[in-house]
Amino acid sequence: MPSPSELKERIETALPGSTAQVDDLTGGGDHFRAEVVSDRFAGLSRIEQHRLVYDVFGDDVGGPIHALSIKTSTPPGGAA
Amino acid sequence: MTNEEIKDFIDNAIGENRVMLFLKGTPQQPACGFSARTAGTLNALDVKYAALDVLPDPRIREELTALSGWPTIPQLFVDGELIGGADIVAEMYETGELAEKLGAEQPAEPEAAVAQTTPERKAPPMQLENRLD
Repeated sequence: MPSPSELKERIETALPGSTAQVDDLTGGGDHFRAEVVSDRFAGLSRIEQHRLVYDVFGDDVGGPIHALSIKTSTPPGGAA
Repeated sequence: MTNEEIKDFIDNAIGENRVMLFLKGTPQQPACGFSARTAGTLNALDVKYAALDVLPDPRIREELTALSGWPTIPQLFVDGELIGGADIVAEMYETGELAEKLGAEQPAEPEAAVAQTTPERKAPPMQLENRLD
């Protein structure tokens, strides 16, 4: 069963320089919310930003990760 | 029904309906909180939209995701283009971008409007006849 810390690590590994805060929304290990800050998002549309995060997990989203709510932003004062 | 037919049906639904929502359940009886929130947002904006329940056949979701490259439900399309899922729709609603895109009027108090919206109060969304099972 995926854990918030596992998701956080996968995001931060796949998107170097990013920071992620991941919460388990229900405590059931399958509904998560991720707030991700990365300068990789600069200049990208929301769709493209969220895809970058979904892509970290591939088929796990919709599988073991039933739902992943995402909020993306660029670092304050960063390259945005 | 073949997978190809399901794909064509989804293609047509996206092409023929300016505002097309794929969700779990129906706008009146959503089967998931994320779907409920997104349908509620469209109701609050008082826009006409078509809706298709992905639950009756797992292949609907598989073909939709293959086509859109988006892994989760709901998925909102406007003018044939994927706008996003529940999070993006909510963000765009709060900033007024969604109202602008849909040519709708932003409710004076967006938060209150979503909370209070009941499907009965608004023009009912068009339901696509689900011939996929």
